[in-house]
Amino acid sequence: MSSILTHSPALVMALPLLAAFLTPVVGRFNRKILGWFISVILGLTLGITILMAIQILTNGSMIYVFGGSEAGLTLPSGYTVPIRIIFHIDAMGIFMGLITAVVSFLAAIYSLSFMQKESGLEKYYALLLLLATGMFGMEFTGDIFNFFVFLEIASISSVALIAFRSTLSGEPAEAGYKYMVVSSISALMVLFAVGLFYGQYDVLNMATIASVMQFTQLDKIALILLVTVLSMKAGSVPMHMWTPDAYSEAPAAITMVLVAASQASLYALFRVSFSLYNISLNTVTIGWIIIILGVLSMFIGVTMAIIQKDIKRLMAYHAISQTGYMLLGVGVGLAVLANPVALDSFGIKAMEGSIFHIMNHAMYKGLLFLTAGALFYRTGTRDLNKMGGLANNMFYTTIFFIIGAAAIAGIPPFNGFASKLIIYESVYKFNPLLSIIAMLVSILTLASFVKVFHSAFLGPKLEQYKKVQEVPKSMLFAMATLACIIVLFGLFPDVIVKNLVHPAVMALINQTNYTATILGGI
Amino acid sequence: MIGNFPYIAVAILIGLGVYTLIFKKNLIKIAIGITLIESGANLFLITLGYRKGAVAPIYTQAPEGMTMVLPTPQALTLTSIVIGVATTALILSIAMIIYKKYGTINTDEVRRLKE
Amino acid sequence: MIGLLETGSGYWNAITWVIMVIAVGAVVIWLRNHGEDKYKKDTDQTKPFLSGNPEISKEDSHVSASHIYWGFTEALKHYYQPLIKLHTGNINDYSGWIVLVMAIIFIVVGVS
Repeated sequence: MSSILTHSPALVMALPLLAAFLTPVVGRFNRKILGWFISVILGLTLGITILMAIQILTNGSMIYVFGGSEAGLTLPSGYTVPIRIIFHIDAMGIFMGLITAVVSFLAAIYSLSFMQKESGLEKYYALLLLLATGMFGMEFTGDIFNFFVFLEIASISSVALIAFRSTLSGEPAEAGYKYMVVSSISALMVLFAVGLFYGQYDVLNMATIASVMQFTQLDKIALILLVTVLSMKAGSVPMHMWTPDAYSEAPAAITMVLVAASQASLYALFRVSFSLYNISLNTVTIGWIIIILGVLSMFIGVTMAIIQKDIKRLMAYHAISQTGYMLLGVGVGLAVLANPVALDSFGIKAMEGSIFHIMNHAMYKGLLFLTAGALFYRTGTRDLNKMGGLANNMFYTTIFFIIGAAAIAGIPPFNGFASKLIIYESVYKFNPLLSIIAMLVSILTLASFVKVFHSAFLGPKLEQYKKVQEVPKSMLFAMATLACIIVLFGLFPDVIVKNLVHPAVMALINQTNYTATILGGI
Repeated sequence: MIGNFPYIAVAILIGLGVYTLIFKKNLIKIAIGITLIESGANLFLITLGYRKGAVAPIYTQAPEGMTMVLPTPQALTLTSIVIGVATTALILSIAMIIYKKYGTINTDEVRRLKE
Repeated sequence: MIGLLETGSGYWNAITWVIMVIAVGAVVIWLRNHGEDKYKKDTDQTKPFLSGNPEISKEDSHVSASHIYWGFTEALKHYYQPLIKLHTGNINDYSGWIVLVMAIIFIVVGVS
């Protein structure tokens, strides 16, 4: 048991990777158990991630040296810098890892019935496992070139998954092409920044770069490249136009995993600006840049969402808008990082609100995309003009949609209200205008989800949907799990904030802890 | 000054790649632009490892007393080239599917998903 | 107590909120049940009032999704028309935006 715990960082990343290569073999012999095999593998990964979370939150960060003689030996005899690839998981990394594990497990369960009628399923499941591997690697690694490799693994698998349904019409292929171009540009700019770091400091480990960083001109260029490109991968305006295309054309379970992948890029942005640079950069400038990107994303995202006719494009624009909330809170935290009085007064609270919002957003946005997938599964269309009166036939889907829409609009007692309240109150102390814009965006969010609820579920019963029934049980199970998580997080938010979010925020702010774990040797 | 020539070549390659991405209208030409940017990034990585008057970093066959160029950027570049192969293969096959379904590969017409 | 979330300048407790909603809601329902009892089902009382116009059928009176927020979109026409024209869907524009934003951030960080 304790050896599973010592090797758990590698296990969590390697288990989906090896299963991805076994999936075509299993699919060749028995097609029916393929979905169950994948669900078991991702369930095991979820279990190991939870064990790892309990260990990290009680005992501190965990490191794993690949190829070392023991797992914690970062500096073998005679070396002053770490030379191997190291997975370095602190409280922020395991926070994102928990989100990824839950989301990919529920995607596998949902796909059991959702993708039953499609062919080529072994390729779908192999790509889903590779996408999970890529995301885990992005969130756990402590080495910046390793981050580039896992970023590319996740991008290539998600492009193939977005273009999965391109046998019927050409739009998924077009969405996949656009996403591939955008993610190639971003990955190559990340590689260029890695080259800049390596050329100056001769090390690739993020903690070592952080400890020897002098903020030269080349470091400024690398910072600008990384901030721009990682916020583009997270879907912030004005580089957001790939998001509605990619999220609407992917199968519904994959859209939920893509939301988590965009948030992994957001995590990388925070890791670069807080742990790699910390106060050596000009935090007020970079903080205000991130705040302005956040406010633009919030406002333009929600105003473009109100006029959409396609249900998944509407939800994708809302994903852009909620990413703006996360950028706003962390930007406020970054802007006051050098000012200890303001940091204690509202900076830490603003970051807590945003990071809590990351987890809430993954849950309720995932639930909304799964209900949109359920509507598509039964009616065959995503166009809101053609749907109507489905609340009579699909009772449980309606309940789950109401829970998801109330959570995203920030209505008590669900979890969206808790994180948005923290963001409003702490950003108000920084600059009142930003908080007022955030509240206005929340009202418009509620308006657009009332529109979706009215068009799809309310209204008279239509002729063509007389025989529509409730969706199969595996899809209901996935949606019910997310709804339970939303209600529980809403009723007891302090448990999550005290135990998961606050350690994550302190791990981001204290750069000395991050470097001491690796360079102090454990 | 002449030692900086590879860096100028990197800047030219990446500049040409970005120019192709923004101004060329054919889907295949955009894929070539991505390959240009990737070649520029790989050249940048290899050039970082060069030390003046050094030999190739083959550990078992190095002559006595000579320095070697740094081997780590060569490993990074190999990884990046392999990733570039996968990217190019996937993007070209998606361009083929678009041609089959749309009948055209001009970016002004492959635009059904707008606003 | 359990469930008490401390924001920086106040606190929020979802369980207290739910209890208050149930309590106040119970009082409201009790008051409503003691009101007038003149409701007759299936008579003219239950038909919707459309400014004196006849109601053709429920399907005809349903407003479809594109027309729901017509007043809002029409009032903000000058904001929406340029914004929709900017979202062209052309892949060259996507790369153009990235380069433009990177250039702006370079200038801002370089100057300050």
